[in-house]
Amino acid sequence: MKQKLTHLWGRDGTKSVLASLISIVIGMAVGGLIVVLVGLFNPSMGLSAVWEGVRLVFGGLFSTGRSAAGQLTFGFNPTNMGTMLFRATPLILTGLSVAVAYKTGLFNIGAPGQYLMGTAATLILALSIPTETVPAVLVWVIAFVGGSLAGALWGCIPGLVKAFLNINEVLACIMTNWIAANLVTWLFDSGSLFENLQNHVENTKTAYIYKTSFNGVATSKMGLDVIFPNSQVNGGILIAIVIAVFMYILMNKTTLGYELKACGANRHAARYAGISDKRNIVLSMAIAGALSGAAAALYYLSGNTEFFWNTYQSLPAIGFNGIPVALLAVCNPIGVIFTGCFMSMLDVVGQQLTNLTAYNEYITDVIIAIIVYLSAFSLVIKMAISGGFRKRRRTAPAEVSAAPPDSGEVPDAGETAAEEGGEQA
Amino acid sequence: MRTMGVENIIEMLHITKEFPGIIANDDITLQLRKGEIHALLGENGAGKSTLMSVLFGLYQPEAGEIRKNGQVVRINDPNDATALGIGMVHQHFQLIDVFTVLDNIILGAETTKLGFLQKKEARKKVEALSKKYGLEVDLDAKVEDITVGMQQRVEILKMLYRDNEILIFDEPTAVLTPQEIEELMATMKEFAREGKSILFISHKLNEIMEVADRVTVLRKGKYVGTVDTKDTNKQALSNMMVGRPVQLEVVKDEARPGEMVLKVEHLSVPSHSHKRDAVRDVSFEARAGEILCIAGIDGNGQTELIYGLTGLDKCSAGTVTLCGRDISHASIRHRGENMSHIPEDRHKHGLVLDFTLEQNLVLQRYREPQFQHFGFIRDDQVRGYAQRLIEQYDVRSGQGPVTTARSMSGGNQQKAIIAREVDRDKALIVAVQPTRGLDVGAIEYIHKQLVAERDKGKAVLLVSLELDEVMSLSDRILVMYEGEIVGELDPKTTTVQELGLYMAGAKRMAKEGKGA
Repeated sequence: MKQKLTHLWGRDGTKSVLASLISIVIGMAVGGLIVVLVGLFNPSMGLSAVWEGVRLVFGGLFSTGRSAAGQLTFGFNPTNMGTMLFRATPLILTGLSVAVAYKTGLFNIGAPGQYLMGTAATLILALSIPTETVPAVLVWVIAFVGGSLAGALWGCIPGLVKAFLNINEVLACIMTNWIAANLVTWLFDSGSLFENLQNHVENTKTAYIYKTSFNGVATSKMGLDVIFPNSQVNGGILIAIVIAVFMYILMNKTTLGYELKACGANRHAARYAGISDKRNIVLSMAIAGALSGAAAALYYLSGNTEFFWNTYQSLPAIGFNGIPVALLAVCNPIGVIFTGCFMSMLDVVGQQLTNLTAYNEYITDVIIAIIVYLSAFSLVIKMAISGGFRKRRRTAPAEVSAAPPDSGEVPDAGETAAEEGGEQA
Repeated sequence: MRTMGVENIIEMLHITKEFPGIIANDDITLQLRKGEIHALLGENGAGKSTLMSVLFGLYQPEAGEIRKNGQVVRINDPNDATALGIGMVHQHFQLIDVFTVLDNIILGAETTKLGFLQKKEARKKVEALSKKYGLEVDLDAKVEDITVGMQQRVEILKMLYRDNEILIFDEPTAVLTPQEIEELMATMKEFAREGKSILFISHKLNEIMEVADRVTVLRKGKYVGTVDTKDTNKQALSNMMVGRPVQLEVVKDEARPGEMVLKVEHLSVPSHSHKRDAVRDVSFEARAGEILCIAGIDGNGQTELIYGLTGLDKCSAGTVTLCGRDISHASIRHRGENMSHIPEDRHKHGLVLDFTLEQNLVLQRYREPQFQHFGFIRDDQVRGYAQRLIEQYDVRSGQGPVTTARSMSGGNQQKAIIAREVDRDKALIVAVQPTRGLDVGAIEYIHKQLVAERDKGKAVLLVSLELDEVMSLSDRILVMYEGEIVGELDPKTTTVQELGLYMAGAKRMAKEGKGA
C-alpha cells in the first residue's frame, strides 16, 4: 500500500495536478487578500462586509442569496451551477484548442481570432438559412460545422506560415487575431455584406447581431434545464465534454495523435521517421482552430447570447482564457473539462459579489489574472514539489527522480551538472 | 612517477553521492598526485561525471571528504573549486557563441580598473599562455566561427588564465579529429611535466594507455581499483571496467559480397553553410553482405551524403538507386521501405526524447497493420513488441517499455535505436557513427550486431570517424575529403598511416580509377 502511494507520488501526472492545485489555491488566497484589503480601505464597509466578500470568493458557487435576517446563505444553487456549466462550454473548447496545439509543440495564441471567425460563420449560417424550408436542427448542424470549419481555416494560416516559411506561430497568430477582429467588424458593418443581420428589433442596444433564436435555431437543452432551472445551460456542455473525450482518444490512442505528438516533441526525429512534419503542423493548427471555432458556435447557438459585432478594437477574452484553462490542466484534454469549469466558476463568483455585496465583479478578474500568472509558473511549482522531497538543496536532474529504486541504471548526471556549472562560472 | 615523493594534491575519500533511488557514487576514493595524469575510467553511467561534479562543487556528497594537500576542504560551488585551483573542461563546452575567444577566456575573471575592462593586459597574458603551450587560437574570432578543436583550446586557455593547477578533462577527445587528439595528448603531457595535475575522464583505452600515469576504474557507481598504466594493458582495463572479459577486436569472417543493393551515381548534395556543394559528384555501390565504410575527418561531407541518401536533405544532382528502384526524389517514408538508418545524432533524429521507450521503438512502424487497427494504436501489440526488442537487444532502462527515452543512459539509447533499426530488417542499414561516445561494452555489442546483419546478407553502409573502427569493422573503405571520394581502400592491405594520408587530403586516387 505504502509502495503504491509512493509510486503514485512519483508519477509525473500527480505532481502536475498538485502544481495546478497549488496555483489555484494561491490565486484564490491572493484574491481573498485583495477582497480584504479593498474592504478595509473602504470606509463604507465594515469587517462583516469584508468577511462576506471572502466567503463569497471561496464559496460563491454555493451562494443562495441572503436570509431574511440579511445573512449570506449557502447551499446547492442549481442556477449558479447551470450558469457555470454554460459559461464553461466555450472555455473548455478554447482550452482544448490551446492544449492540443501545445501537445504538438505549437503555442496557439490565435484562439481569439479563430473564435471570432467561428462566431461570424456560425451566425451568418444560422441566421441566413431560412428555417421555413430547412429544418432548424439541420441549420444548427450546418452552423456548428461551418463555425468549426471557419475556425479551422483561420488556424491553418499560422500553421502554413510556420510549416513552409518557418515563421513563428505566435507572431502569425497575433496578426491573424487582429485581421479577424477587423474582418468580422467589416462583415457586419452597415453597408456591408451582412448588414441585414444587425439586430434592430431590440434596439435598446446598438451594434448587436440577432440571437440565433430569432431564426428558431437554438441548442437543445437536453433536459439540463430541469436539473438546473433558471440558468442558461444547454446541451452545449455535453457536446463540449464529448469533444474533450474525443480529443483525448485522438491524441493518445490513434496513429494521428502519435504523429502529431511526435512532430511536436521532436520535429527532426519525426521527419527522420518519415512523418511529414509540415503536414502535421498545419493539421495541428487546423484542429486547434476548429476547436476554437466550435467554442464560438456552441456559445452563440445557445439562442440567448448576442454578438457585439463592433469588435475591431478588442479580442474576445474567451479565446485568451483558453490559455490558462489549458495550462492549468497541463494540456490534458480531460483535465481541461475541470479547469474550464473552474474558470467559469470564478465568473459566477463575480456575479454573486456584485449582486450580494458592494464589491465589484472585476475582483474575480484579478483572481483570474493571478491564476493565469501562476499557471505559467506551474512548471516552477512542479519543480519545487520535486525538490521539496530531497534532502539537499541542489536538485538532481528530473530524470533521476523518475527512476524507481530497483533500477540498475545510474544516469549520468554530468550533462545537467555541466550546464549548471556554466551558469555559475 | 614524475615526482619523487608521493604527495597527493587532491584526495577524494569515501565519497558517496545519492540521487533518489540511485547511488551514483558509492564510497569512492580517488587520490590525485601532484604532476600526474590520472585517468578516470568507467562505462557510461559508472559515476565518473558525478564524481567530477562533486569535485567541482556542483553536487554535495552525502558522505566522504575532499582534501587538498592534506587539508579538508569544502567545495560548495564552482567558485570554491576555482579558488582552490581546480579547473574543468566540460564535455559540452561552456562558451558563449557570440563572444570573441578573448572575451570567453576572461569572462568571470576580468581585470577591471574603475569598472572598465582592462583587456590589454588580459590579451598579453592569454597570448603568452597560448604561445607557451602551442595552443593556437584566434583571440578576436567569435566562438561560433571557430572549429571544435579550437573551442577546446579556448576552454583549456580559460583554465590556464585562471592559474588552475588541477585540470579536469571530461571526455575531451570525443569531439576531436585524430590529429587534434594527438596535439591534446602532447599538451596534457606538457602540463604534467610542469607540475600541473590532470584528471582525465575517458573510456577510450588507447588514449588512457598513451597518456595517463595511473588509472582509477569505476563500475556502476563503485570503486574497482587504481592501477599504474605501466603495469596493465588494454584488455585488463576493459575487463575491470565492464566486469567481464570483453572482446576488443572485431571477430568476423571473410565478407561474401552478393548483389548490388545501393548504387549512387554522380550524387551532389548542397551545403547549408557554403555556396559550394557539400557532396560533389560522388559515385559508389554497396553490395549485400558487406560492410562498406565511409571514412574521413568530420565535416568532409559525410553527414550531407547520408542526408542525401536517406532523404533528410534534397540532392542537387545525381541518382540514388536502392534495390533496383530510383529513390533520388523519393520521400523518407518511401526510402524507408528498403533502408534502415542509425542516425548520427541520436537526440536530434534518432529518438523522441519525451516519448517512452516503446513509443520510440515503433517510430517508423506504428502505421503497420500489426500495430494499428483502423487508426487506433494497438497498445498491447506495441508493448509486446517493445518487450521483445528490449529483451533480445538487452536495452536496459528504469521502467522497461514505459521509461522516458530521455532518462536512459546514452549507451542504452543507442542500443534502443540499433534494436529498432536492425529489427526493421531492411536490405540496407545506414549506420552513422553508431558507437560514438559509447563505452567498450556497448561498442563490442554494436559491432557484433552489425557484423551479424552483414552475415545475414544485408548491405551495411557505415560512416565512422574512428580509425580503429574503420580498420577493424569494414570490408571496404571509401575515404571522403572535401565532399569527394578520394580513395577506395581494402582494410586488409592498407595501413592506418595510409588511411590518414587520404583523410587529410594528402593523397588521392585518380578520379576515374577503378569503379566501386
